[in-house]
Amino acid sequence: MTTPAVLSARGIVKRFPGVLALDGVDLTVRAGEAVAVIGENGAGKSTLMKVLAGIHAPDEGELRIDGRPLHLRGVREAIAAGIALIHQELNLADNLDVGANIFLGREPRRCGWIDRARIERESRALLLRVGLDIHPHTPTAALSIGPRQLVEIARALGQEARFLILDEPTSSLSAAETERLMELCAELRRDGTGVVYISHRLGEVSRVADRVVVLRDGRRAGELSHEEIDRDRMVRWMVGRDLDASDRVGHVPGDTVLEVVGLRLAPAGPTIDLTARSGEIVGLAGLVGAGRTELLESIFGVRARTSGTVRVLGREVPAGNPRRSVAAGLALVPEERGHQGLVLDGSVRENIALPGWRRFSRRGLAIEARARAESARVIESLDIRTSDDRRPAGTLSGGNQQKVVLGKWLPLEPRVLLLDEPTRGVDVGARLEIHRRLAALAGDGLAILFASSEMEEVLALADRLLVMHDGRIAGELLRDELSEEAVLQLATGGGQAA
Amino acid sequence: MLGVGGLLFGASFLIAIASPHFLTAFNLENLVRRSALFGILGVGVSFVIITGGIDLSIGSLVCLVGVLTPWLLVEQGVHPVVAVGGLLTLSLLLGVLHGVLITRLRLQPFLVTLCGLLIYRGLARGITGDQTQGFEGGFHTLRKLGNGRLPLFEGVAIPAPFLFLVVVALLAALLLGRTIWGRYLFAIGRNETAVRYSGIDVDRMKILAYGICGFSSGLGGLLFVLDVGSAQPVDFGSFYELYAIAAAVLGGCSLRGGEGTILGVLLGAAVMQVLQNGITLIDAIPNNVEYAVIGAVILFGVITDESVRRVIARRRGEGKVEGR
Repeated sequence: MTTPAVLSARGIVKRFPGVLALDGVDLTVRAGEAVAVIGENGAGKSTLMKVLAGIHAPDEGELRIDGRPLHLRGVREAIAAGIALIHQELNLADNLDVGANIFLGREPRRCGWIDRARIERESRALLLRVGLDIHPHTPTAALSIGPRQLVEIARALGQEARFLILDEPTSSLSAAETERLMELCAELRRDGTGVVYISHRLGEVSRVADRVVVLRDGRRAGELSHEEIDRDRMVRWMVGRDLDASDRVGHVPGDTVLEVVGLRLAPAGPTIDLTARSGEIVGLAGLVGAGRTELLESIFGVRARTSGTVRVLGREVPAGNPRRSVAAGLALVPEERGHQGLVLDGSVRENIALPGWRRFSRRGLAIEARARAESARVIESLDIRTSDDRRPAGTLSGGNQQKVVLGKWLPLEPRVLLLDEPTRGVDVGARLEIHRRLAALAGDGLAILFASSEMEEVLALADRLLVMHDGRIAGELLRDELSEEAVLQLATGGGQAA
Repeated sequence: MLGVGGLLFGASFLIAIASPHFLTAFNLENLVRRSALFGILGVGVSFVIITGGIDLSIGSLVCLVGVLTPWLLVEQGVHPVVAVGGLLTLSLLLGVLHGVLITRLRLQPFLVTLCGLLIYRGLARGITGDQTQGFEGGFHTLRKLGNGRLPLFEGVAIPAPFLFLVVVALLAALLLGRTIWGRYLFAIGRNETAVRYSGIDVDRMKILAYGICGFSSGLGGLLFVLDVGSAQPVDFGSFYELYAIAAAVLGGCSLRGGEGTILGVLLGAAVMQVLQNGITLIDAIPNNVEYAVIGAVILFGVITDESVRRVIARRRGEGKVEGR
């Protein structure tokens, strides 16, 4: 069998009931080439990838591999043709070990029994190839999201995939893991694998891609070769208009609103002290595992803290009691919006009203009209795009869902807003809107404390940055000291640069 | 819920054709009485099911309250008000205890209430030495709560438990449909974590749900024994938890939580009783296949309901941006 060298899609049209998801899109990937596909949520990226991977059949247009037409009738046929999709939602079985996952569905057999020795041998080789030095017997459940992704890639390589489609591979990875993945992409390319890379992160795209294809509203908005890659142009193509980040220079913070003293995340761990003032946006940077999420969650009270005091406006907030925290003026926009932030089956209105029901009620009786009015106000003020606030929140795009998670706190008029990865998996347009909104909230006197893994976000938003390392605050950077190098230095335990 | 209404109507219609005794005033009154008793249990368990939990201890709690009521009154000579008040409080507290164990110790609802099922049955049998407990012809006024009838006109009367059911159902519907706590309970069933992250005391709400379930089991047990007049510790209330759960599920409660209506549960409880009644009345069906028939009908009802729900979900999905 000769290895396929070119995978191409011509004039792909895909309709869903009521929506034209793809409207005549072309895409070509050659072996040994990395092509990035970028676009806002809803631009059609994932649909295009699903067409390539055999999950959706195109309504018009065709796929070709080495010039020969390719009719995929399912994922299995795509894999047989050498095309593998690494999903946004990872598809590993938690109850199996890593080796079993790599060979899931195509276990080698000897005399009818699964050949465990061979699985171990071959999966170890595949794991090494993706740069993962773990034993094939490692339970999958023990792996964090970065290694999981690598295991999926190892599985795809085991299936002899010649074209690898990565759907937002770095959205949940730490900086170090992202780095590893970038290297792996480069290696795969050198080995002659064609890589299609979907991402929101323009910085990554310019590093990894030989070419960038920009989609907007199901059409190709443009294509740039590696030399031509230019951030402003990509953004313009993606959103169809010019956007500027919020400008927060010359802003003077007010009194201290949030005070954290001597907080420990673990019984014998280091203590954490921090403050946030009214009108101030404080960033929390650090590598994955540095304790940012844990810190935010224990301030809010959904996670127990072993010691320490949290005060809002000088009043102590009891530990481990989110209800009292909310009453004291704290609000948390959590890291995992589908799991912690939203009742996905619930309507947008229910989600917005949920934390505020106590206000929208009289003697326990819910006042539906109040909830409706507040929901309408939030939708209007955050520009949440939904045809009807009785639609399930889960049907909204990622950016709009995130706005709902933020918006549900607004009727309560919190004093301190805690946000964990406020724009993860959110498209560029919605991200800028959320950033602007946060700046406006700070302007109204809120204290904002946000954790983010994205340097761009930290640099765009933070008045002051706390960098965490290993469960403690390793250093503080003021706005004019902010730089990627300074942050990394602190985040990796290198201490504060002089 | 449309499905269970149709099932109730369809089953009644067929049974009425097959048996001339079905549509008699006597039979219907009896049917309403039984449905009301099981309806109370169903309403109780639906609170727990809506939060995504389960309560298997209902039948044993019915038994405990059912045998202790005559035991306290007849054997121990306790004043009726004290006995009834005490037992209802006990059942409420046992429900609360289930809730506390489930939320504070993070035990699984199935496990906690399974232990309840064993413990309360054992206690009921131990306390009474397996002796059938009865009122021995006394306590007529008290027993009116269970076996009383409010005559409407010639030969037609409303059984007393039905009046209790109306009160219980109205309160439950008010709590679930109109209060903020009802909204919390549904939201907990759909995504407990998100509710906790919204600053709502999830534990307290779940304890409330198990407390309500315990209380209505106790109330059910009390009315059952006042109605029939005696209770055998070995099998009084046996399987009642499953009837209650089946009624709730038939009535549209999802065992995954977050769904259900009180009216649906009442219809579900009625369907169960109509089926049982039909099997007794129709001679062609031997009485000992009762469980099989009921099981099959519930399965049919649930499958129909699920298919209808899928069709609706697909229709609704048309406007939705999918997979992009």
